[in-house]
Amino acid sequence: MTALSRPATLQAPPPPAPASDAEVLSGAEIVVRALLDQGVTTLFGYPGGAVLPIYDALFHEPRLRHVLVRHEQAAAHAAEGYARSTGRAGVVLVTSGPGATNTVTGIVDALMDSVPLVVITGQVPTHLIGSDAFQECDTVGITRTCTKHNVLVKDVRDLASALHEAFRIATTGRPGPVLVDIPKDVQFAQGPYLRPDQVRPTHGYRPRRRAEPSKVAQAVEMLAEAKRPIFYTGGGVINAGPQASAALRAFARETGAPVTSTLLGLGAFPASDPQWLGMVGMHGAYEANHAMHDCDVMVAIGARFDDRVTGRIDAFSPGSRKIHIDIDPSSIGKVVRTEAGLVGDAGEVTAQLLELWRARGGADLARLKPWWRRIEGWRSRNGFGYRPSAEEIKPQHAIQRLAALTRGRDVRISTEVGQHQMWAAQFFPFEEPNRWMTSGGLGTMGYGLPAAIGVQVAHPESLVIDIAGEASIQMNIQELATALQHRLPVKVFILNNQWMGMVRQWQSLLHGGRYSHSYSESLPDFVKLAEAYGALGLRAERPEALDDAIRRMIDHPGPVVLDCHVSKDENCFPMIPSGKAHNEMLLGEDGGELSQAIDPAGRRLV
Amino acid sequence: MSETPLSAYDLAHADAPERRATFAVIVDNEPGVLHRVVGLFAARGYNIESLTVAETDHALHTSRITVVTRGTDQILDQIRAQLEKTVVVREVAEVGRDPEAIERELALVKVRGSGAERVEALRVSEIFRARVIDTTHESFIFEVTGAPAKIDKFEALMRPLGLVEVARTGVLSIHRGAERR
Repeated sequence: MTALSRPATLQAPPPPAPASDAEVLSGAEIVVRALLDQGVTTLFGYPGGAVLPIYDALFHEPRLRHVLVRHEQAAAHAAEGYARSTGRAGVVLVTSGPGATNTVTGIVDALMDSVPLVVITGQVPTHLIGSDAFQECDTVGITRTCTKHNVLVKDVRDLASALHEAFRIATTGRPGPVLVDIPKDVQFAQGPYLRPDQVRPTHGYRPRRRAEPSKVAQAVEMLAEAKRPIFYTGGGVINAGPQASAALRAFARETGAPVTSTLLGLGAFPASDPQWLGMVGMHGAYEANHAMHDCDVMVAIGARFDDRVTGRIDAFSPGSRKIHIDIDPSSIGKVVRTEAGLVGDAGEVTAQLLELWRARGGADLARLKPWWRRIEGWRSRNGFGYRPSAEEIKPQHAIQRLAALTRGRDVRISTEVGQHQMWAAQFFPFEEPNRWMTSGGLGTMGYGLPAAIGVQVAHPESLVIDIAGEASIQMNIQELATALQHRLPVKVFILNNQWMGMVRQWQSLLHGGRYSHSYSESLPDFVKLAEAYGALGLRAERPEALDDAIRRMIDHPGPVVLDCHVSKDENCFPMIPSGKAHNEMLLGEDGGELSQAIDPAGRRLV
Repeated sequence: MSETPLSAYDLAHADAPERRATFAVIVDNEPGVLHRVVGLFAARGYNIESLTVAETDHALHTSRITVVTRGTDQILDQIRAQLEKTVVVREVAEVGRDPEAIERELALVKVRGSGAERVEALRVSEIFRARVIDTTHESFIFEVTGAPAKIDKFEALMRPLGLVEVARTGVLSIHRGAERR
């Protein structure tokens, strides 16, 4: 095709003139320089044969802090924790083959929860690619469907722009993981270094930040006419930065509407605010789910109508018209029909709405009084109620005491996945964004400890607590060594009921109480385990010992594992059983009828 | 399956009619790009009825993927949005619905027969302006081009006349007029 002459319109733009003053560096040095120019201060990684040149370049670079993990999966989760608590990209550096494949769970986790990561993987030298070389795998092939974008850099001249593009793509639009695979010979080769401002985007990727004015006007009118409005906010508000939370708070105040949030959106709106309804969804607040069901206008901001939120889709908020603000156009209309779809950044679009709302002079807040009266009625049901005990530590009580005893401190919480995660979401109040790190979309057990490590690296002064279960924590317990090595005083607060509690809860709901392989017959002594790693190990077995143990955990200057023995048979309520609507929640007091709660159709659902 | 969808897993848009759609997808011509597009269809459970791909602009390093798919309007909107979200995708156009767009496909059709059927096959091929590109005493291979519906029709007419085998290229598309789209 090269010989064909083409009309002028088909001419390509001239290739970027190779800056004659471009500095020539080795590929490994280009990686380090690009990280510095991107403002990176911290990376999480594990060395190996195919990344040794980059590690060599790091050896003389005091401006980059490398946190050595004990398993590459943990590097990805730690980078997620770092990213979620700072809003900046988390950076991972691992070797080829098993180094790369071990990060896959973390990469998928980041994709599902829209966390910006830049993952740099070493690769075997280009001439060995495809030969089944030692520690070779098709990293870009394996990660193609679980990254926002990925690239194999086969020419050192493309390396700097690939890295800068990786940061741009990871952190803009709907954030996500981007992987750059660099063969070892490319790390050794000499090539020109381009600064971020010298890079021309090679792709047509240009996310939209502001919504169409006509849609904004439509949304404002819908909201002004609403008698039973609700804000349903999600992780997109957190991702859009602190100014998005500020815009949400202002807009909620001026519109007078109640606010609920997904699991990932907690903290965007303060839990102490009277307009806060609590979390929505399968284990969400009674008042939040009822208000979602009965509202007439729903404003979804940076939330994606996940099945854990909607429950039964044909019974989901049947009487409402929906406004959906999302930076990802494919999220709009994917699950539910939307009357007004506003594509843009959660913060900027909320600010657009607020501006127009003020310009039209707001709306009469008195019209919402009947709505608030109904909400107060739901609130009075105390949906999070549980039976207290003087004999054993109730897991809900443990979270409440943890919240009470850490109040006033700069606390950041991560979790593993399961019942403890839901209790943490229900009972730990968050006032600010970026304080809550949990694996929502993928539901990754083993997320919490490495995530806490990433958070603590970014916030050395914060009190960082991983609220864990005894099953989840064992999936990445080896990271205690990372915490010790890097003097990161993370606290692991284990709600130990000896069961995979959420599995047991579902087995009692769906499988006649046949608890197939959900009981851990053998558990480590977590106190001795902590001590073996050099951390402080504590145990609380009785309610009266709980407060002291929590205080000792908080006051200890280093990493702590607190093994908190809780009731073995406690279930997580309220619960929207599979196949039911938001107004058909099970409450704790109905707990006896668990086995009849789900009909055969619901049993097929996940 | 139950009558009504219970959760997002049962998102049955069964009440909405399905239709066929042709998307022209302009992509950066780089390694793995076809896998990205095809993988998206596979991962999200969309159908591919036909697929053509080739580099179309060497200087700009772009390729054109024409993919024929089927779904409800909601699914087709999703396909479009998911394609547009892919970093290597520059542009997505639904050409099937655009009167300014032209779709063409080429088919090779092998027909075996004798006597009156053989004569009839040849007569039909003339009506369709098909070319005979190979013949034996008992068979023809026709080459026919046109919109996919025309090829379908040609196939249908040849079936009772001894149709043996069909090879189709899949759909190509382009916009009318002097402008580049």
